[in-house]
Amino acid sequence: MQKCQHTHTLNDGPDWTFELLTQYEQEIDRVAKLYGLDIYPNQIEIITAEHMMDAYASIGMPVNYAHWSYGKKFIQSEQHYRRGQMGLAYEIVINSDPCIAYLMEENTMTMQALVIAHACYGHNSFFKNNYLFKAWTDASSIINYLLFAKNYVTQCEQKYGVSEVENVLDSCHALMNFGVDRYKRPQKISLQKERERQQAREQHIQSQINDLWRTVPKSETKDHQDKQRFPAEPQENLLYFIEKNAPLLESWQRELVRIVRKTSQYFYPQKQTQVMNEGWACFWHYHILNHLYDERKVSDKFMLEFLHSHTNVVAQPAYNHPNYSGLNPYALGFNMFMDIKRICQSPTEEDKVWFPQIAGKDWLETVHFAMQNFKDESFISQFLSPKLMRDFKFFAIEDDERNSYLGVSAIHDESGYQAIREKLSAQYNLSNIEPNIQVYEVDSRGDRSLTLSYIPQQGIPLADSHHKVLQHLHHLWGFSVKLEQVDERGKRQLLATYPEQPLGSFEAP
Amino acid sequence: MAHFIDRRLNGKGKSTVNRQRFLRRYKEQIKKAVSDSINKRSVTDINSGEKIGISSRDISEPIFHTGKGGKRSIVHPGNDQFNTGDQIKRPDEGGGQGAGSNASDGGEGQDDFVFQISKDEYLDLLFEGLVLPNLQKNQQAKIVQYESYRAGFVSDGVPSNLDVVRSLKGSVARRIALTAGKKAELAKLHTQLAELLAGQIPDQIRIAQLKNDIEALEKAIARVPFIDTFDLRFRNYQKRPIPSSKAVMFCLMDVSGSMDQATKDKAKRFYILLYLFLSRTYKDVDVVYIHHHTQAKEVDEQEFFYSTETGGTIVSSALILMKDIIAQRYPSNEWNIYAAQASDGDNWTDDCTICTRLLQQNLLPVIRYFAYVEITNRPHQRLWYDYQKLTETHTNFAIKHIINVDDIYPVFRELFDLSVQQPQGVS
Repeated sequence: MQKCQHTHTLNDGPDWTFELLTQYEQEIDRVAKLYGLDIYPNQIEIITAEHMMDAYASIGMPVNYAHWSYGKKFIQSEQHYRRGQMGLAYEIVINSDPCIAYLMEENTMTMQALVIAHACYGHNSFFKNNYLFKAWTDASSIINYLLFAKNYVTQCEQKYGVSEVENVLDSCHALMNFGVDRYKRPQKISLQKERERQQAREQHIQSQINDLWRTVPKSETKDHQDKQRFPAEPQENLLYFIEKNAPLLESWQRELVRIVRKTSQYFYPQKQTQVMNEGWACFWHYHILNHLYDERKVSDKFMLEFLHSHTNVVAQPAYNHPNYSGLNPYALGFNMFMDIKRICQSPTEEDKVWFPQIAGKDWLETVHFAMQNFKDESFISQFLSPKLMRDFKFFAIEDDERNSYLGVSAIHDESGYQAIREKLSAQYNLSNIEPNIQVYEVDSRGDRSLTLSYIPQQGIPLADSHHKVLQHLHHLWGFSVKLEQVDERGKRQLLATYPEQPLGSFEAP
Repeated sequence: MAHFIDRRLNGKGKSTVNRQRFLRRYKEQIKKAVSDSINKRSVTDINSGEKIGISSRDISEPIFHTGKGGKRSIVHPGNDQFNTGDQIKRPDEGGGQGAGSNASDGGEGQDDFVFQISKDEYLDLLFEGLVLPNLQKNQQAKIVQYESYRAGFVSDGVPSNLDVVRSLKGSVARRIALTAGKKAELAKLHTQLAELLAGQIPDQIRIAQLKNDIEALEKAIARVPFIDTFDLRFRNYQKRPIPSSKAVMFCLMDVSGSMDQATKDKAKRFYILLYLFLSRTYKDVDVVYIHHHTQAKEVDEQEFFYSTETGGTIVSSALILMKDIIAQRYPSNEWNIYAAQASDGDNWTDDCTICTRLLQQNLLPVIRYFAYVEITNRPHQRLWYDYQKLTETHTNFAIKHIINVDDIYPVFRELFDLSVQQPQGVS
């Protein structure tokens, strides 16, 4: 039917074949190149629903070490899927080189095309070009590393028993979110060595200087105060600290800690760029498929089905809608990128005031720039426009436990734009979401106890689960562990210890 | 530039190992759920798995996260009525952030982590570490079933077992063996003849002689038969004994006035366990229900568990009926016979001796295992003590005492626990 009218129109299914997939992929690839998308080579795998659940269970990775929590996740998603409480994702894409994308066999041809454009070109180019991914992850080695991890864990299980390994992994998983370097940038190897050498030199000089002071009589109290603190500065990466410093861990246990830490680090950029990543992918599937439609490569039927799915994905229910479950990252991200394009192409007076640097610029260059150099937090604080705030009808709620009511602190009006932008940006700041917990001190001359400090923000306390986490930390550290809360005035207050001790007993000399 | 890989036919069980890890880790909780669940089952319902619920508190993975309280600000979309500075009543707990908290369905609270385990996983957990007693010892003595299996080839047999390929292989070998020398000689004579014929002056006498020889050899070769009885090979079958896979389970229960419904329920659970356990070892398990007061009667499951009868108690009536049924329908050389008797211990005093004698002489020699459970919270009566004496002389006879529902599973485990039985090399 299509053949006689447009010889170039691709068959629109609904059933897909590998031939069709290849044709669509080639067309999408051609269009993506027109828009300058820079991607890893694609490896597209067709899988069944069951495989998808397997992938869900192992945090989306094609290989992973065995652990009961993945079994739990599998059982959970299987149950939900069976009961119809949850649909499965159309795709999963992995930040690897080549970029592996899983497509569900149930998808129609249109959906497959949408998913290829979304995952294999959108997400893929994001993985390759965003600065966080570039700095933190090594796409070409992740699969090999996971394979190594899986084999290593299996070997350990054979050598030391499943339970032993499981205990260590459990404890590491409890601290997994604290296995990343938030503020420190990774150093190039050579540079790092250079710094080490430099430090060694400094230490040598320091020791010479100390020698001069040796003859000076010291006062007892002064010595007590100057007691060298270890670690010299608070450490945010708990797992790294444990891997390097836990006194009783055996080397295979340290390696397990390292494996969990590395995995955590690998996923850290994804957590920080959810809005951008999804927005970027939606932006490009929308553009690529529309471009193909303009060229009459795809049929009207294809386009209608595509638009139906697309609108569902980027829908944002209002706060009082029964389906509302917070901001939809797809909606926010997609609309922000579309808005950037609008600002570049047809800026209003308002835009020119708010975005003088991008108004009227080349839109393609600008969106690429935005994709490459930001994370959710900075992306929002940089590019959220007043128009978008009006479109979304944003309003900020202030929830203070000391008040019996909720306050509306800002709405989408002239006086509120700045505040809403700041608050929304802060909402995506991981260091606001995750509690700020750091290694404060190790009593290296005394009982070797490890002290963590929790610094609350806005007076938000730590949930009760910290008792159990301390137990895990104790398992890794081997000596007693303490958790202290530091208030605004810097006063330290003990929250919990493990093993439990009567309060105050460690104040004894 | 992209390449497609079809993974649809790849193995599905990628998460199996993780699932097993999960089951292994929560074995204790799951086992408890399993042993609770047997109350709800019908005796012969073994084909279903089981829904297991364990508290999600037990399986949570703790992490550091922030709790309630403090000061937060959240940006929401879809403002339709608010202005800066508005004060809103705090919504009720839970539904607070409009997170659309889902109502839990069908009584499974969000608190429980509920999942399905398969029939095999269920039975594995239920009967972990239990074995059927006396299995091997009795097996050899009571072999009646055979299966035939291929056992090579023989040179003698019925035509239907003739193996053509083997026979022809023999034929070829024999023909080669018998003719090879002659054929070689024949070839030599042929070359000699050809040389003579090609020569300048053919030696006619020599040629005639050669031709004669050739003819004689060809005849000799032709005389070797294409196939000989000597070549024939027949497929050989032999029989080997296999243990019977048929089992019958006798359920004996007292339904006299003293047995109330609660006691019957306890007995029922015990029967369910025994049935499930037997069906793991045997392919087919028949169940015979015999209830008795002063008279015994074979009944169906429904009647067995739920009919109400009154009257006195004569246990031996059931044992006699059981003996008769065995004689009629379940010859002990074909069937593995198990019996479980449940009673509250009441019996007509003089009957106890008869029971003991019946068991000793007629039943215990032909059956695999007889378990007697006494479900009562009163002191034991004569029947218990008489039976107790029997246990000393018969290893396939056991008695146990049940007071509460909770005792049933532990008692069952005690009966079949591998570690308390003498090592018998049960496979």
